[in-house]
Amino acid sequence: MNQWIRLIIYLLAAPVAGCLLSGLDRRISARMQSRQGPPILQPLYDVLKLWQKEDVVVRRSQDFYIFFFLMLIIFTGGLFFAGSDLLLVIFALTLAAIFFVLGAYKASSPYSFIGAERELIQMMAYEPMVILAAIGMYMVTKDFHVAAIASHRSLLILQLPGVFLGFLYALEIKFRKSPFDLSCSHHAHQELVRGITTEFSGKTLAMIEIAHWYENVFLLGWVYLFFGALPALGLFAAFAVFVFVILVDNSFARLKWQVALKSSWAVAAVLGFGNILVLSWLR
Amino acid sequence: MNLASFLILLPLVAGLGLFVFTSAQLRKSMVISVTILVALGTVALALLPRTETLLGNPLGANLIGDLMFWVEIAIGLYVLYVSVRFKRPLIALLVLAQGGLMVWFETKYGAHLESAHSLLIDRFSVIMALINGIVGGLICVYALGYMREFQEQHGEFKDRQPLFFSLLFVFLGAMFGIVFSNSLIWFYFFWEITTLCSFLLIGYKQNEESQNNALRALVMNLAGGLGFAVAIVWFYTKTGKIDLDALIASKPALVLAPAALLAFAGITKSAQFPFSRWLLGAMVAPTPVSALLHSSTMVKAGVYLVVRLAPVLSGTTVGWLVALVGAFTFVVGSFAAICTSDAKKVLAYSTVANLGLIVLCGGIGTYEAIWAALLLIVFHAVAKCLLFLCVGVVEHKLHSRDIESMSGLVITMPRLSLMLQIGMAGMFLAPFGMLISKWAVLKAVVDVSPALSVFIAFGSAATLFFWVKWMGKLIEVTGPRESVEKGIGATEWTALYTLSALTFGACLFFPFLSSAFVEPYVTHLFAGHTGNIGSDNFIIMIIMLVMVCLFPLSFLNYNRRVKVVDAYLGGANIDTSVRFQGSAGVVRDMELKNYYFSDFLGEARVFRFGVMAGGALVTFLLAFVFFSL
Repeated sequence: MNQWIRLIIYLLAAPVAGCLLSGLDRRISARMQSRQGPPILQPLYDVLKLWQKEDVVVRRSQDFYIFFFLMLIIFTGGLFFAGSDLLLVIFALTLAAIFFVLGAYKASSPYSFIGAERELIQMMAYEPMVILAAIGMYMVTKDFHVAAIASHRSLLILQLPGVFLGFLYALEIKFRKSPFDLSCSHHAHQELVRGITTEFSGKTLAMIEIAHWYENVFLLGWVYLFFGALPALGLFAAFAVFVFVILVDNSFARLKWQVALKSSWAVAAVLGFGNILVLSWLR
Repeated sequence: MNLASFLILLPLVAGLGLFVFTSAQLRKSMVISVTILVALGTVALALLPRTETLLGNPLGANLIGDLMFWVEIAIGLYVLYVSVRFKRPLIALLVLAQGGLMVWFETKYGAHLESAHSLLIDRFSVIMALINGIVGGLICVYALGYMREFQEQHGEFKDRQPLFFSLLFVFLGAMFGIVFSNSLIWFYFFWEITTLCSFLLIGYKQNEESQNNALRALVMNLAGGLGFAVAIVWFYTKTGKIDLDALIASKPALVLAPAALLAFAGITKSAQFPFSRWLLGAMVAPTPVSALLHSSTMVKAGVYLVVRLAPVLSGTTVGWLVALVGAFTFVVGSFAAICTSDAKKVLAYSTVANLGLIVLCGGIGTYEAIWAALLLIVFHAVAKCLLFLCVGVVEHKLHSRDIESMSGLVITMPRLSLMLQIGMAGMFLAPFGMLISKWAVLKAVVDVSPALSVFIAFGSAATLFFWVKWMGKLIEVTGPRESVEKGIGATEWTALYTLSALTFGACLFFPFLSSAFVEPYVTHLFAGHTGNIGSDNFIIMIIMLVMVCLFPLSFLNYNRRVKVVDAYLGGANIDTSVRFQGSAGVVRDMELKNYYFSDFLGEARVFRFGVMAGGALVTFLLAFVFFSL
């Protein structure tokens, strides 16, 4: 498939898929908690309602950062699905996340400030593992391009089991799910009010939601890469990971940031780096 | 006389002149005119169409050699005096060892030590000269206004500006000497001059702290100098040659031990662990000194030597040890930077870390690694210089260089906060310069040894954290503030604006920079090898750059109709967003403070780890040299 076609499909289909996944998330979570749960399209209704709200800000420029966060997240996913260099995708993702964090700093409220700080800690926690995942894939396929990795003949997971598990751990953080919902929780049970998004409302909050739709689809796309040789298995694995993350979200309490940081570094060092060491010895 | 010797001599002569003529007005015109001349000279050198040239001795056979010999002896005697005055026997020991060795060596072989080609100009030395001439020159211009204000604010320190400016220019001249020297004896001569100048500049304030730090810098750099001297003698007795180009062209097995000693000298000068403490101590000096040491001279001389040696080091045990020293330094420096709120210290740790990355590249020594190293040197010099000079001005206005006190700088000093953000973006953010280079390092490392990539993965994560939280502090605003961006002199603004433009231009014209300067050198070194970051990636980087540049445009919307409210404080706000009524009716002030991980990591603990890891690696390096005796 042409890279431009893939790009356009991503741009159009990712928000739809992301929205449905988000709705499904709420539904599955509700069932796990013995509740009925909202309709599948509830996230869409939320966003449409938010879009009509009045613009309320603390600092006038805070929303600009979020707009660029959204743009850069879409750009990141676009790079990924167009089959570009995986390291470049990571850098674009980091750049996007930094705009999100800076927006929260700009809002200058204590809750969003601590949320921003914790978001940075979370980034520091998952970043090594994400880079190691890209390096692991490069070692197997000899190419950093997503297009080449996806069409590689062998099943990547067979050579990268440790990297895959480590990546799963990083995903838990990236999805901002319990036990790593430090910077902002989807559930109303944390001390940070709403953390990093405390001072964002209306359209801006809707943009953050849409950015997460795009981001989640992109992250699940990365899970697919581990199974690229068997597309059906890849799609199933991506969905299974999605359900697994929800299950973990509902069965764990939140960890302290120190534990989150230490454990994710340990996972990256043992599973991710260990896997890479074994691979380089085997060659 | 050729352009290279002109570039070496002009700053040295200007340095003497600045010492003799002490009038402030005369100083200003001299500094500005010499800086312009030097900058034009380096640009002319860069525009000359040649790839590599070796030059003979420009001024008659023995004259320069004799002059250098006597100057070296004078320096040795002065350092001896210092060691006696401050009761530091170690300094005397080091200087006697290397001085004795060199005097014996030069008197014994005096007639044979004439190098056929004392000077060398290739694209690498031209890049270094450009950095030294332009960035270093801008620092001198900036120092004009800065030092005047410094002396006004700090009456307790004796006004020694003539000496100060004289040393700055001697430093620049010596740095030109280092990058153009092909004769190792010349190289060593200029190397020792930079050691001496840095000692005198760090101790400028003459209080106890700065004297101690200056002495520490002297000890560590003399240790490196001793390694350098032994390396020269060793290389000569083995091959009968004295030229750098001969050393690089030799078979690694033959010259590995002297190369290892030279790399050791490079490691001390570029403040790698376990020698990082001298560079951190150097920040007691006035800001222009820090900027000079961190960006264009001194530490860059260290990495210059290591990267020059890369063809010999590549693939050897020594190369791996050097690469590991760099890798550890990158990680430890980055994590140490998280733990401190002193702006200059954060910059210093970040310098140490980035130099680690360059040393790592030098140790690996493949085509991609050298390409990345050269770009890192350029981008780091420009962005780091900008950051130091900004912090210097901020320190004068806020009377503090604590990052926590820079809260709301975007309102109180809008232009400076923008420049700081440009500098920081240049240091770590896609698609700016340093990140492109880091990316190239990662690609270079993955092909050679994937295991080393783990250092880059962890180090980059830490880098991200300390820069973004600083950036956040600059843009966060609580309560109304007024601008204090007044009374900043024209020389400071000139330097700051030029450096901001350079940081930006280096990113924008980075493909040109690569193809005009970096690639010719690297392809010359690795004949026939081409290819690095593909051109499709360039286009994506440019798109990202455009996106980031569009961000300021969104401020056109600044006055759009929005409802501005107070921040949520978890209680009843009183008047503003900074005070609230908490539980039981207590009125509390709100304060925002960053995380510094003092319990989780702790600066001292991280540093100690770095010293131990670096110390172990350097011990291995020296043990290797010892056993190849």
